[in-house]
Amino acid sequence: MSEWIDVGALDDIAPRGARLVKTPLGCVAVFRTYEDEVFALDNACPHKKGPLAEGIVHGKSVTCPLHNWVISLETGQAQGADEGSVATYPARVEDGRIWLERSFLQMRTAAE
Amino acid sequence: MTQKIIVIGAGMASGRMLEHLFDANADVAVTLFNAEPRGNYNRIMLSPVLAGDQTYQDIVTHDDDWYADNKVITRFGEKIVAIDREAKTVTADNGDVLAYDKLVFGTGSNPFMIPLPGHDLEGVIAYRDLEDTERMMGLEAGQKAVVIGGGLLGLEAAAGMAARGVDVTVVHIMGHLMERQLDEAAGYLLRKALIDKGITVKCAANSKEILGEDGKVKALLLDDGTELPCDLLVMAVGIRPNVALAQEAGLMVGKGIHVDDQMLTSDADVLAVGECVEHDGALFGLVAPLYDQAKVAAQTLMGEEAAFVQKELSTKLKVTGCDLFSAGDFAEADGREDIVFRDPARGVYKRLVIEENRVVGAVFYGDTADSNWFFGLIKDKTDISDMRDTLIFGPAYQGGDALDPMAAVAALPLDAEICGCNGICKGQIVEAIEAGATDLGAVRATTKASASCGTCTGLVEQVLAVTLGDDFQMPAAEPMCGCTDLTHEDVRRLIKSQELKSMAAVMQELGWKTSCGCAKCRPALNYYLLADWPVEYQDDPQSRFINERKHANIQKDGTFSVVPRMWGGITTPDELRAIADAADKYEVPTVKVTGGQRIDLLGVKGEDLPDIWADLNAAGMVSGHAYSKGLRTVKTCVGTDHCRFGTQDSTGLGIKLEKDLWGSWTPHKLKLGVSGCPRNCAEATCKDIGIVCVDSGYQVSIGGAAGMEVKETKLLIQVANEEEVMEVVRAVTQLYREGAKYLDRIWKWMDKVGLDWIKEQIEDLEIRKAAAARFDLSQSIYRRDPWADHVKEKADTYKPMKEIRLEAAE
Ligand code: SRM
Ligand SMILES: Cc1cc2nc3c(=O)[nH]c(=O)nc-3n(C[C@H](O)[C@H](O)[C@H](O)COP(=O)(O)OP(=O)(O)OC[C@H]3O[C@@H](n4cnc5c(N)ncnc54)[C@H](O)[C@@H]3O)c2cc1C
Ligand code: SF4
Ligand code: FES
Repeated sequence: MSEWIDVGALDDIAPRGARLVKTPLGCVAVFRTYEDEVFALDNACPHKKGPLAEGIVHGKSVTCPLHNWVISLETGQAQGADEGSVATYPARVEDGRIWLERSFLQMRTAAE
Repeated sequence: MTQKIIVIGAGMASGRMLEHLFDANADVAVTLFNAEPRGNYNRIMLSPVLAGDQTYQDIVTHDDDWYADNKVITRFGEKIVAIDREAKTVTADNGDVLAYDKLVFGTGSNPFMIPLPGHDLEGVIAYRDLEDTERMMGLEAGQKAVVIGGGLLGLEAAAGMAARGVDVTVVHIMGHLMERQLDEAAGYLLRKALIDKGITVKCAANSKEILGEDGKVKALLLDDGTELPCDLLVMAVGIRPNVALAQEAGLMVGKGIHVDDQMLTSDADVLAVGECVEHDGALFGLVAPLYDQAKVAAQTLMGEEAAFVQKELSTKLKVTGCDLFSAGDFAEADGREDIVFRDPARGVYKRLVIEENRVVGAVFYGDTADSNWFFGLIKDKTDISDMRDTLIFGPAYQGGDALDPMAAVAALPLDAEICGCNGICKGQIVEAIEAGATDLGAVRATTKASASCGTCTGLVEQVLAVTLGDDFQMPAAEPMCGCTDLTHEDVRRLIKSQELKSMAAVMQELGWKTSCGCAKCRPALNYYLLADWPVEYQDDPQSRFINERKHANIQKDGTFSVVPRMWGGITTPDELRAIADAADKYEVPTVKVTGGQRIDLLGVKGEDLPDIWADLNAAGMVSGHAYSKGLRTVKTCVGTDHCRFGTQDSTGLGIKLEKDLWGSWTPHKLKLGVSGCPRNCAEATCKDIGIVCVDSGYQVSIGGAAGMEVKETKLLIQVANEEEVMEVVRAVTQLYREGAKYLDRIWKWMDKVGLDWIKEQIEDLEIRKAAAARFDLSQSIYRRDPWADHVKEKADTYKPMKEIRLEAAE
């Protein structure tokens, strides 16, 4: 069963920006690209847990603010020579609202 | 059978000819005579030697080993005095008679001495050889010299002596300097630059007599009665081909020794190369055509077919700080049109003369970066009708392909001059590279290209890159990032000249390869745009590093640090109380005194930032920008207020400066220091801009740093009062803001443009005031505390957009 949670308006996030969704299990970073796609990832860089939501968003990637790893928003994989990945969660935009799939919370619980 | 060759004169032309012969392993036995007591050296580099930038050793082109390796019999310090063409022998000045199979004249030219009364006095010299150069170098600082002649040589002599502290006056008969190469406007700029170097310039001045005392020069007397006292008088008014010996030998001689396309004289066993020849009615005074002649002469000697062809010539002046280029013909004439570009603020002047859709002449002053490209247009007689509108802006503006500077270099013909100082063409550099010189240092060592003024370093590197392909890693001309092939410098230039005022415009017009840039280029572009178009451009927070987006410094655990400004390091009990209250209220784990004379609250949660700042703002404090590529702190000492040694109010001045400069964005961080006396307790001399107060005023120096590199500042100017300090600081900050590459601190920028150039701008009151005014304009927009806005309008964005409880998941 899939169920979607409304986490806010698309316009709450600046294009090429990110906002956090707080859960009891840590923060999820929701990104908005230049083309108005949205992506949801754990807000913790695979390198040293840098807060990805504070990074610079470019294309479908974000550059971590702490040591400049570049993380793919689609796959959560570190790009280039760096290795590591971060969990990604289904997200979509409808009628100007951003929706995350409820199951992401369960996945996070399972991952703990 | 081995050919016996006798060469008269070890000059630049004959030396090059010998290189060609030996490179081709020609079967020759060479005897080389030279009236100068030394072998081949790079005569044109006497000017850098005079200026103290190089030594004689640096400019020797052929040393003893080279002659020995090639079995050249050298007879330096010996002249040929007679030639018997029937017997095919020459006579040296010691009476030796030697037989030749082929004879080569490379006797160069003699400097022309105006036969003024007194021209034979001791202390009247020409500028031609090492002896002349050493005479000039023998002058002490403060001694006086007069140079007659405001052409290339005269000005290089004048600038070289002035660099040694000699008090120099240039006397020029025409209305403006270098009238053969420059038009009036460029001559004017050049004159201004020389005057700024402390050289006195007298144009339209007629010399009447050289006055002496005890057989030694004392002064130059002008027509109008002016007397110019001097210890040395240098005449640099022109040269005459050295033809006397050839004439006596019965060769055909006009103004120079007549030669045909094969460099043969009227005697098929006698050749001539260099300044001593006349070819098709023309004489020569620059090295580029002489090198062509040398090659042809070598081929003729080896029995190969070759023909010398005259080409367009270009001129560059080897005076540091005077970037000047001219080529072709720019006299006004019917059917000719001018395209002129002036940038008074930068002292740039460019003029192209167009005739029938071809460029026939070009003069550049102040910015000669694209001169090779224009010279190519002249030489190739390129039809420019398609690019006329943007022509003056250079190759970077001519459509898609040419945007790539590498393609432009690849397209240069082999005879395109790359290094003007050394007369080195692309072909020679390519040869050197193919022979194993695979980096800049090696190319410099083997060809001398880019070894003197260095302005062509970038071009040489591009030739390396084009020739070596993937084997060469371009050090300097690195593209900004993977999104573009353009360098920072290219992009800055294009933003200004194409008036690109938004990030979208830059990416569109300059062909960015990505949809929205990357974390490297976007912060740089955002800076360039806001610095160049403060009024039009809208700052883009999403293109800023998090510290500048949230106006706080991110810590390794994702929390932030908060540093309010303490103007000039001065605080009050109220401010301290407000800081203490904030630290309590927001449970700040660490409170630290920084190295910049203020207090750092470390470990503040991102969500709390708007609130803590609302409190600090309420207590009258603003952001300290401790996170920014912008003004950081102005460190001060106690100065006259309390200190027994203080000479001026260093604290007060520091506060004024900080209040003036805060909020401004700069290419890298900008730190100032103001010390009340030379004891320098505020460490002003290792700041980006440092002010040291002295009894008579204020010494403003720039380019210090104490980070990864420790740099001492260099004196920019000394001024008398605070108003002037403020203006100078605003002006130099603005020049840095407009000119530097993103993430270059002042010292790096200074290394690139030269302290001399910065001084010239600052010393010119008009330029200084204009730069300060541009700074003020930008500050009218940017000098504001970001937190006032963020607290009011953006506070939400610091908080999570949603909080989800666990139950929701079930
Ligand atoms: C807070 C402070 C240290 C302190 O506790 O005293 C400090 C802290 C940092 N410095 Fe510094 N610097 C501080 C004074 C200095 C000084 C001393 C000075 O200014 O008198 C220097 C040497 C002087 C100089 O800049 O030339 C200094 C040279 C650097 C450098 C090397 C710069 C360089 O050109 O080589 C960096 C790295 C950079 O900027 O790229 C740097 C970078 C940093 C950063 C911003 C690194 C970062 O990006 O996170 C540090 C932030 C710490 C934090 O979490 O807040 N910091 N830093 C000082 C803040 C002064 C202030 O009130 O604003
Ligand atoms: C200070 C200075 C700066 C210059 N800057 C530039 C520049 O930036 N760009 C440029 O293109 N050009 C420049 N020139 C001009 C350039 O140096 C000359 O064009 C070039 O050196 C001429 O070469 P050459 O071989 O014909 O003669 P030279 O290099 O003058 O050599 C001739 C040699 O022949 C010797 N000689 C003469 N007669 C006899 C004899 N009877 N027996 C034996 N030996 C004899 C002389 O002693 C001399 O050493 C500059 C010249 C000077 C002086
Ligand atoms: S620099 Fe001079 S004025 Fe400043 S504190 Fe030191 S001694 Fe006093
Ligand atoms: S924590 Fe993200 S790059 Fe180091």
